[in-house]
Amino acid sequence: MSFLVNLAFGLLFGAGLVVSGMSDPAKVLNFLDLFGTWDPSLAFVMGGAVLVTFAGYRLVLARGEPIVGTRFHLPTRSDIDARVVAGPAIFGIGWGLGGFCPGPALTALGLGATGTLTFIPAMILGMWAARLLAEGTAAPRAA
Amino acid sequence: MTEFTPLASLIGGMMIGLSAVLLMLWEGRIAGISGIAGRLLPPYRDGAFFSRFGFVIGLVAAPLAMIALGAEVSQTVSSNIPLMIAAGLLVGFGSVWGNGCTSGHGVCGLSRLSTRSFVATGVFMATAFVTVFLVRHVIGA
Repeated sequence: MSFLVNLAFGLLFGAGLVVSGMSDPAKVLNFLDLFGTWDPSLAFVMGGAVLVTFAGYRLVLARGEPIVGTRFHLPTRSDIDARVVAGPAIFGIGWGLGGFCPGPALTALGLGATGTLTFIPAMILGMWAARLLAEGTAAPRAA
Repeated sequence: MTEFTPLASLIGGMMIGLSAVLLMLWEGRIAGISGIAGRLLPPYRDGAFFSRFGFVIGLVAAPLAMIALGAEVSQTVSSNIPLMIAAGLLVGFGSVWGNGCTSGHGVCGLSRLSTRSFVATGVFMATAFVTVFLVRHVIGA
């Protein structure tokens, strides 16, 4: 049941990425190219997503609990440690090189471009390495 | 050059937001793709594997379903294989090491007004802008 419901949510998320143009790395890279062929579209994607999530989360969290399960799995940390700076710094470099972040890359998988088919296994490997390293050095945390 | 698409991007962004809200409503989880995809491989610490697997299948299937329904999906992906491998490793490692990417920190974290997510989003935006500037305007690729 949760598999099918989540599949529907993934479809909606992925369709959003395609409709917004974010499944195209060229559009993302042009957003990041302020001094070249700048395309501000990504700011509208973030704006639309944050607008809906900001309002929606307030309504949902006011319920006290989700439909399935007994509690909301929300990150509780508010300290700024080295990882929350180093991780995004590394991620941003890779994002700027390929124009892919994890969501759009997965959305592009079925379209079968050579660049995508090499990016995805490398990304999964990188994720796995970070998890194993993190769990070896510190207590597991919610993302 | 890509076409500036404010309306389509706003609507697509709202669809992403709606998916994040529905996931929180349904099982109380953050729609962070690095968190979801990063936990597809072992070790498994909770019973949410099939939820995550379903979400990823939906992500992958979305453009294929849209094409089947007659939509046009175009994209330009670099075919520089060493570059894409390096990019993939950095994106995968960095997003999990920092506990989130554009969705977990960028969309969900900013919406929760999380201090950590504001810092994370500022940092990855900054290094991405600098990377593209160096690649396109200094190295001149």
